Amino acid sequence: MSLISFFPDWMLTHGAAFLVVVPLIAGAIAAILPKRQIAAALTVAVSFICMLTSLLLVLQIIDGQTINYALGGWDAPHGIAYVVDGLNAPILFLISAIGFLVSVYGMPTIIAEVEPKKRAPFYAAFLICLAGLLGMVVTGDAFNVFVFLEVSSISTYSLVAMGASRDRRALTAAYNYLIMGSIGATFFVIGLGFLYMETGTLNMADMAVILREMEGGSRVSEIAFGFIIVGLGLKLAMFPLHTWLPGAYAHSPSMVTVFLASTATKAALYLLLRFVFTIFDVSFNYVFDVEIYLLAGLGMVGMILGSLQAIFQTDIRRVLAYSSVAQVGYMLLGVGLGTAAGLTAGYLHLMNHAVIKGALFMALGAFWYRYGITRVTDFNGLSKSMPWTMGAFTLGGLSLIGVPFTAGFTSKFRLVEAAFLKGWWWAVAIIVVSSVLAIIYIGRLLLAAYFQSPPEVNGHVVAKNEAPLLMLIPMWFLVLLSIAIGINADIMVDLAEGAASVLLPISAGATP
Amino acid sequence: MLTAFFENYNYYVVIILMMTGLYVVFSSRNLIKKLSGLSVFQTSVFLLYITIGKVEGGQPPIVSENHASNDSSVMVAGGGEAAIGHAGQMSDVLYSNPLPHVLILTAIVVGVATLAIGLALTVRIRETYGTIEEDELAMLDYTYNLEGTDA
Amino acid sequence: MTYSAEMALALTLLIPLIAAPLILICRSQTNIREAVTLIAAILLLVNVANLVVTVAGGARPTLLLGTFAGEFDVSLTLEPLGAIFMAIASSLWLLNSLFAIGYMRGNNEKNQTRFYVFVAIAISAAMGIAAAGNLITLFIFYEALTLSTFPLVTHKGDAKAKRGGTIYALILMGTSLALFLPAIVGTHVIAGTTEFRVGGVFPEGTSLLATSVLLFLFAFGIGKAALMPVHPWLPNAMVAPTPVSALLHAVAVVKAGVFSILKIVIFTFGPAVTAATPMSTILSWVAAISIVVASLIALRQDNLKARLAYSTVSQLSYVTLGAMLAAPAALVGAGLQIVMHAWGKITLFMCAGAIYTVAHRTNISSFNGLGRSMPWVFGAFLVGSLSIIGIPPMGGSWPKYFLMVGAIDSGKAILLAALIMSSILNVIYLTPIAIRGFLKPPDNPEKDTEIRAIAKAHPWVIIPPVITAMGALILFFFAGPISDFLIPVLPLDSF
Repeated sequence: MSLISFFPDWMLTHGAAFLVVVPLIAGAIAAILPKRQIAAALTVAVSFICMLTSLLLVLQIIDGQTINYALGGWDAPHGIAYVVDGLNAPILFLISAIGFLVSVYGMPTIIAEVEPKKRAPFYAAFLICLAGLLGMVVTGDAFNVFVFLEVSSISTYSLVAMGASRDRRALTAAYNYLIMGSIGATFFVIGLGFLYMETGTLNMADMAVILREMEGGSRVSEIAFGFIIVGLGLKLAMFPLHTWLPGAYAHSPSMVTVFLASTATKAALYLLLRFVFTIFDVSFNYVFDVEIYLLAGLGMVGMILGSLQAIFQTDIRRVLAYSSVAQVGYMLLGVGLGTAAGLTAGYLHLMNHAVIKGALFMALGAFWYRYGITRVTDFNGLSKSMPWTMGAFTLGGLSLIGVPFTAGFTSKFRLVEAAFLKGWWWAVAIIVVSSVLAIIYIGRLLLAAYFQSPPEVNGHVVAKNEAPLLMLIPMWFLVLLSIAIGINADIMVDLAEGAASVLLPISAGATP
Repeated sequence: MLTAFFENYNYYVVIILMMTGLYVVFSSRNLIKKLSGLSVFQTSVFLLYITIGKVEGGQPPIVSENHASNDSSVMVAGGGEAAIGHAGQMSDVLYSNPLPHVLILTAIVVGVATLAIGLALTVRIRETYGTIEEDELAMLDYTYNLEGTDA
Repeated sequence: MTYSAEMALALTLLIPLIAAPLILICRSQTNIREAVTLIAAILLLVNVANLVVTVAGGARPTLLLGTFAGEFDVSLTLEPLGAIFMAIASSLWLLNSLFAIGYMRGNNEKNQTRFYVFVAIAISAAMGIAAAGNLITLFIFYEALTLSTFPLVTHKGDAKAKRGGTIYALILMGTSLALFLPAIVGTHVIAGTTEFRVGGVFPEGTSLLATSVLLFLFAFGIGKAALMPVHPWLPNAMVAPTPVSALLHAVAVVKAGVFSILKIVIFTFGPAVTAATPMSTILSWVAAISIVVASLIALRQDNLKARLAYSTVSQLSYVTLGAMLAAPAALVGAGLQIVMHAWGKITLFMCAGAIYTVAHRTNISSFNGLGRSMPWVFGAFLVGSLSIIGIPPMGGSWPKYFLMVGAIDSGKAILLAALIMSSILNVIYLTPIAIRGFLKPPDNPEKDTEIRAIAKAHPWVIIPPVITAMGALILFFFAGPISDFLIPVLPLDSF
């Protein structure tokens, strides 16, 4: 790959660690910076560097290689290893690229939404959150996952709470998120404890080898698996454990909502994939049962109930938040199918959904930025008052529904195909029903925006007031990306198939 | 039976603390009480880790020349091996594995950070709403939630 | 670049599409603007005529427009059924453009440029539907047609037009996304392709449940076919100016719907599979009920356009019925119904528009004696009505005949009752309009002499319906050639 030659040598060797260390240090620096502008510039620069670094990692692993980086020179399994392979490299790129777009997008919104004194700390928390998310994806050490999970979570709690100057409910939302998130993380760490008891190691690759030698291990591993699934389920908003999500998405500052919606649940889902398929193995009875009945089952329940709840919300951000719960269900269904086709579809949907939801939440942020609106009824006539933003929202919404030529169609279609191949007719029916529900909750917003007149204030129709370019450019970038994926998804499909082949090494290439 | 009880004594304590903590988190409507429940819950995990850190017949995890398998491509149960000890070198010494202690040191830090953020949030909630009872908070936001307004 | 069949196929889409921006450019010169529309329509008609001859010779011109998501082709393939739809849409576009000029000017409608632009785009989309080479392409042009006709439905821009437009878009987009699209995806997954092939694409041994579900999704997903209960968009679309109702809601849009159903039955399922699917029996009953119930509703409408709209709902279900019976005679009947009903119904709509332009009357109860002052219009209306009812020697009599034969062939003779009952209802709700115009004494004789004078000033709203009425008459003698033209797409040996 010729692109690699543009990067310096030290980056080739140390890229994995660089990705985590840079935002972590920059976060500490940002906290003490006196002015918002400097902190903002630092954030944009750091997230851009992270994006380049992760792009480099993707380029390095694209032919199926694995990068093993021994942190501090301590080799695995004694030291902490950072492992980059086909499964996590695309997620790393996704997180850092969204981080970059969001930090550009956030420049105007932060001024509007966060108190002046808290702007520099806001950026600090954002950078630490970025470092945490990247860290939990890049690391090959199970306990290190917990540490980074908490690093990202704790900074997220404070980020959500910073929405308080815009909406006081951000405080209670952050508190609820904190309680649920901590319980999830503690469950996860309990599971890790049991797993350590069983295997005597914390290195993921090592655990995998030992568990396979033990053929799944004793009851202790089963218990460990259960705790880990519940813990991660909380983090990724698996259906009945999703209660923290709508509040956290609805009341945090726009920039945080976009970032959370596109990355946080995705990183947790990555961990789920890693634990279910790589560390444990679907050939173990208990893992298989959980995969088929729990993940696929709850995924489908979430697809229907999440979409239904989305229909009845009055707050637009809650509509999209519940929609996220439903979309997580699609990904879980892909995971639950357990076939290479299903995993490819689920993984593809993970990436596509990040792009789509990012664009949609960016549009919502722009609506709030200009008119301070968050209610569904406030959508009236928005196509006239903010045509470009509404255009982005429309295309994003169509993509969420899964109209041809959009990213949503590509991944949903593959999911349907995978379900057919496995003979899961009912799953196909549920995908269809859930898509119909998506038509309703998105269609409702589009109808109001296009077929109603803008409201009148003091006898004057609300004037046209388009969002600033700094918000429009990242938004349209994501929208156009989702269209591009809809037209030609080859790169994404290659990445998703690469990820699936990491998860199911035996069947790689054997099944379509 | 009594022996079995005392052998697993630590685990019973862990379970009781864990369940107490979780119950307190879910049942109480006071934000501070919830946080204390959360702390108890997390503390129980520390105990769990410390309990499993005692290994009979272990030896210090010092990598010696003849044992070292620093070649990371050969995946061996290195950490586990160190903790359990080499075959034939089993001793009766009750040995403390340092790794769980180190882990739990990290977890304690994390727990303290979480608690700090939680308490800070509680303070802000008290300043903004004038109460830290969940039911009252829900009442105060009732109209907000009903209309989904921002104002 | 030489003029080949493929080139001609591309031109059918391109001519109206190029006309649209030209119309926009010439917006200040209204005469030139109208000339652009007419020239484009003539070019298109010549082009399509040429294609029809090519297709009759056995050629199937094919054109790949592009590929997306790695495995979905957007491609055009013209076969006889599509060629017939193309021929109707292009010939009626020309006549309707003449009528539209008379109507829009006669009523001083606003935003005339927008009107012509979107009609041109809609025609291009209809051509795409006619020539679609696979389901995905069909779906794309289907949605394009919905989107391009939306501004036409809401042309007036008042609250009523907006409400009608909302229902229009909601039902058509909703059903297509919720049912049509999943059906296409399902077809692709089961059959491995969405291409149209003579005899169908489903492999042998496809479960009846699967084909039943898919047939159901297609029948209701293609909302443009207006099968009850997804029909309400059609009466609501009547808020549009009459030329729109005439061209789109008698020809382009609704015929695109039933054409799609017919095409899917013949080329995706294959008549044999359709007939073997239990759902086709259920759907033929749904179609029969739609035929009768819509006729009954039409009977109660006093507003002429509303009555014609429900009549359209009823007549469209003849095509769906023919498709679901899937016997060769029934399929020929369905194909003929598309042609005959288009010519008959556009006549009626144009007459309604002429009456509105000249006399400013919309309610049937106010038509007393109007035929004496507007004899040509009412004469054309009578001819159109007779064709819709299916009385020889009108074109409309053939499809009814073939459908009845088809119903008997496929052993569902009981459906004859629905067809006969509908014909009786047609007589009851259509003939009194012309009779009232000719035989009842006028309510206000002085006013009618005035109308006679006004009618002279609007030749272009009167001539086109007279031409189409004559067409409906002449087509009686062309039923043979049309059915011969269609024979190659019907796998007769499968029965």
